[in-house]
Amino acid sequence: MASFKRDKKEEEDGGGNPFLNIEKTTVLQEARVFNETSVNPRKCTPILTKLLYLLNQGETLSVKEATDVFFAMTKLFQSKDVILRRLVYLGIKELSSLADDVIIVTSSLTKDMTGKEDMYRAAAIRALCSITDATMLQAIERYMKQAIVDRNPAVSSAALVSSLHMAKFAPEVVKRWVNEAQEAVNSDNIMVQYHALGLLYHIRKTDRLAVTKLIAKLTRMSLKSPYAVCMLIRITAKLLEEEDGGNDSPYFEFIESCLRHKSEMVVYEAAHAIVNLSRTTSRELAPAISVLQLFCGSPKPTLRFAAVRTLNQVAISHPAAVTACNLDLENLITDSNRSIATLAITTLLKTGAESSVDRLMKQIATFVSEISDEFKVVVVQAIRALAMKFPRKHTVLINFLSAMLRDEGGLEYKASIADTIITIIEDNPDAKESGLAHLCEFIEDCEHVSLAVRILHLLGKEGPKTKQPSRYIRFIYNRVILECPSIRAAAVSAMAQFGASCPDLLENIQVLLARCQMDMDDEVRDRATYYSNILARRDRSLYNNYILDTLQVSIPSLERSLKEYAQNPSDQPFDMKSVPLAAVPNPEERETKHKSEGMLIGQGPPRPVPVSREENFAEKLACVPGVQQLGPLFRSSEVIELTESETEYFVRCVKHCFAHHCVLQFDCLNTLSDQLLENVRVELEPSEGFEIIAVVPCSKLPYNETGSTYVVLKFPEDDLPACVGTFGAVLKFMVKDCDPTTGLPDSDEGLRSSECKPFFIEGFQVGLVRPDVMKQLLKYPEVFVISSGSVELNPAFRDYEERSTHVDRVLRELRADNVFFALKGWRDECYEVKTEFISKSLLKMDRSATCLFGIRNYGVDINGYVRHPIKGLCLWFQKRSATKETWPGKWDNMVGGGLSVGHGILETAHKEAMEEASVPSHLLQNLISAGCVSFFFESERGLFPNTEFVFDLELPVDFVPENADGEVETFELVPACQCLEKLLSEDFKTTSTPVALDFLIRHGVVTAENEEEYLKIIELLHVPLQSVYQKFSKSNANDIIKENGTSLCLRNI
Amino acid sequence: MGLLFSYFKSLIGTREMRILILGLDGAGKTTILYRLQVGEVVTTIPTIGFNVEQVTYKNLKFQVWDLGGQTSIRPYWRCYYSNTDAIIYVVDSADKERIGISKDELVPMLREEELADAILVVLANKQDIPGCMSLKDVHQALGLEALKNRTFQIFKTSAVKGEGLDMAMEWLANALKNRK
Repeated sequence: MASFKRDKKEEEDGGGNPFLNIEKTTVLQEARVFNETSVNPRKCTPILTKLLYLLNQGETLSVKEATDVFFAMTKLFQSKDVILRRLVYLGIKELSSLADDVIIVTSSLTKDMTGKEDMYRAAAIRALCSITDATMLQAIERYMKQAIVDRNPAVSSAALVSSLHMAKFAPEVVKRWVNEAQEAVNSDNIMVQYHALGLLYHIRKTDRLAVTKLIAKLTRMSLKSPYAVCMLIRITAKLLEEEDGGNDSPYFEFIESCLRHKSEMVVYEAAHAIVNLSRTTSRELAPAISVLQLFCGSPKPTLRFAAVRTLNQVAISHPAAVTACNLDLENLITDSNRSIATLAITTLLKTGAESSVDRLMKQIATFVSEISDEFKVVVVQAIRALAMKFPRKHTVLINFLSAMLRDEGGLEYKASIADTIITIIEDNPDAKESGLAHLCEFIEDCEHVSLAVRILHLLGKEGPKTKQPSRYIRFIYNRVILECPSIRAAAVSAMAQFGASCPDLLENIQVLLARCQMDMDDEVRDRATYYSNILARRDRSLYNNYILDTLQVSIPSLERSLKEYAQNPSDQPFDMKSVPLAAVPNPEERETKHKSEGMLIGQGPPRPVPVSREENFAEKLACVPGVQQLGPLFRSSEVIELTESETEYFVRCVKHCFAHHCVLQFDCLNTLSDQLLENVRVELEPSEGFEIIAVVPCSKLPYNETGSTYVVLKFPEDDLPACVGTFGAVLKFMVKDCDPTTGLPDSDEGLRSSECKPFFIEGFQVGLVRPDVMKQLLKYPEVFVISSGSVELNPAFRDYEERSTHVDRVLRELRADNVFFALKGWRDECYEVKTEFISKSLLKMDRSATCLFGIRNYGVDINGYVRHPIKGLCLWFQKRSATKETWPGKWDNMVGGGLSVGHGILETAHKEAMEEASVPSHLLQNLISAGCVSFFFESERGLFPNTEFVFDLELPVDFVPENADGEVETFELVPACQCLEKLLSEDFKTTSTPVALDFLIRHGVVTAENEEEYLKIIELLHVPLQSVYQKFSKSNANDIIKENGTSLCLRNI
Repeated sequence: MGLLFSYFKSLIGTREMRILILGLDGAGKTTILYRLQVGEVVTTIPTIGFNVEQVTYKNLKFQVWDLGGQTSIRPYWRCYYSNTDAIIYVVDSADKERIGISKDELVPMLREEELADAILVVLANKQDIPGCMSLKDVHQALGLEALKNRTFQIFKTSAVKGEGLDMAMEWLANALKNRK
């Protein structure tokens, strides 16, 4: 129907991520919708999307949660909605590893993968394979084989890739599909061929002979798919490597021939393979290198990158071969892609002469800050190689590295620089002094603790051996003042090294160590005390044993032994001798040992003895009927949690033992504020011999309260061993939704209108309110008075204006809260609310909201028809614009519109006819009133008791309606005999069907002869809404529900 | 013109009827489902899980769930009990050995609260096999005489020959219509 103002699409300016604030528990709650008898795809799709979003964000589900939501999701298979079904497949894949019993969807997926709907097939295969294990695979084997050779490439690819995945756990079964894979290799489709080759090779790869045959065959036939050729090159290269064949090997010939392939991807792959063959000589290398050289000049950055990266690798093994490309690489130094530039420079560094080093280093320095850490590491590695090659260049290099050290960067990057400096220092005594100086400077401002500790350790080892050890002490001691405990501790150890190695510094060191003994941290103090004591002895051998010597036991085995010791503590102290490769204990170890002893003491104080549980429980148990006869309580177990604490229903179990009986007490906590649980009990599946004597349910379990339910079991008669048993337990209860604030249960939700309550204004019934709407109205007691039998607008409101204002406010709030789908269609166009069409209006409300209150709607419809000389009686239909708020894109009567506030019936008819179909006024004179049609329509939006005033308009044969207000996409003239089919199709606006149907009945198209339910239909086209709504006044409100129920039964025939 | 009236059904918000087909493995549940849906005998394989189809019979729309009958699948039946309007319980009349097991599955199922209001149709299937149990035998073996407070009926059928199903569905459709 026409709307006069277009909605302003306010929803769009929300922006951002719509899933930003969703929560797992909410989504899992919402997912219960899946269990409803008739699935609503529009409701379920977003919920499932949210669930997938959460899972992809790394949200974890417990097995129970996953299983519950999985089973709820299986119910969605009843919907034929393609989008929903494909989301279900995704859901299955995500949950397949989390939930139990996922095989339940096997049959359904098998059906989808073999069915006619192509949209389902590929995705169904992937989902099916994700839930299938080795034992179940046999059952679907036949279908997999068929799918692999399916003509649909998507299906075939999905089957091939899934097979590859399944080969991990069921290699034997997948092996049997080799013939199908073989056939798929011959496919014309690029991806299928590639995937087929992948599977084929995977199946055969352990069989050398088979691989040889495969390659021999495939290299001869030219594969269409470049991906497949690339794969073949890799396989061939691997074989070549293993076989150690000569240059004349047919395999090598094949790879070399691929250098002339028309696809760049293949050419690169071939070149890459050749340069990486371990035994490639420079002669064989030449063509590959020249291909890469060519790529260096390619306009495609990916190709340049691939080429230069490969050249970079080759530069180490065959520097001479790469030299040929030096000119091209020089050009790439200034490439706008920094990754390419970095690789080019580092390659040149590897191949270039000593003389060019300075120049290249300068070049790198210009953009080193622009490249990512990953490539900086490449640069650092190149420098390290350079330092090995040209030891004389160490000054330049170390300066460069120290500059890099000062820049921002991640741990890995910094560590690689530090490593490089350390390597240079160790290998090149000339570089030691300057290297250590740079490192000292670095730790002055180092954010990475582990790196600082390492450097301090190095300083401790190397510093004393330098010419002027004392200069390092300052740096080290600065750490003790400024840094965190672990660095301070490392600094203390480093200082001790100086003390032990340089006798002239000993005195100063002792002073510093003495200060360290005042440190806040235990470890630092311990170390300081320890070293200070040893140094005080002035005994060289002690120094050597306890300060200078490195740890001589193998550290992993020490760790293992300590772990073992910590797990099984004994009274004996930890014995170093038990550590393999035992050596002289040294300081580090001593400390660890010391610590572990400390831990032992920490465990000392015994836990307080708990008060007898039995006494606690005895009182409670006494209330349970029948327990008295069981005799005295022998023992109660500790409380065991059966569920995770964050579940919806939290259950703990206590076992009480009596002489011959056992009572299981289940304490249940209801954590859902909108639910009241009734008749809560646990059903046990007892193991053999046990007998359930009684079950004591908990009658009511409101929100946030703990209730107990009991199961009394009789022990088996036999002897003790039989008394050990495992029970399966299921918590059962009735859920009643209730208002979270009052805790009172509300009636069932859903579309059952017999559950509706009449809506009164001023003592007149004007509508019906569904339970879901009522729940929201409860929030506005100042506007709506809700009693057990009815909903009433506050009678204190005096007039039309006051009533309208209050209701409007409530509706706008509900709309802002996004509670009702119906309110999304808000139009800022009001409908009158009245008891009878002619009576005075009681209030007005936005037309989108009337369905929430079941308020009668009035509309005007025009059947535009033509008596065509050839086609006979024909009807004009319009196709609604795709941008309409309601029923977009559906077919509709030629002209139709709602009766809005302040417009008359005929007036609306004229107005709509002109706006929607440009009917000229002289034709409108032929407009004939044809009574009205009234019906009751119910959807998820709400209740629609509609009355349409119907007009017939005969149009000339040559008249073609034309839309003037943009609300109609197109018009179509349909012969009357074909109308019925159109009316009943899903593409027709459901609430417009009755008007056209009425027309067809009145014009003898639908008759008692051709429609057996003729009378019923005519009755249903004229539902006596007038009587239904008016019969009741408030005085007999108690009867209303019942009578309403019966009157509404009319609609439930 | 049957379509026309079923249009009204949808207009006035009648919900689909939800029906479960249950029974031991190999009783013929899937065959019955597709016989009802497409009117033909389709080749079936043991159902691992379920099949769900919409079946229209005499203008009534049914959402029919055929749940697998293998021992390993039976525990999952209960996941699909809620909102069920009717159960079609299929028995292989030729399988005398397992009729007891069939009863042992049926009896506890009928005690389920969720199924308290469900109408029960028992189909003594595979009547085309010579020497199979008669309707009376099946009735007795399942202990149906003990049923109380349950709308139920037993029919003999042969899904492969298409015999008896019509009668059963006719009865079921009426029973569902008349249900309060």
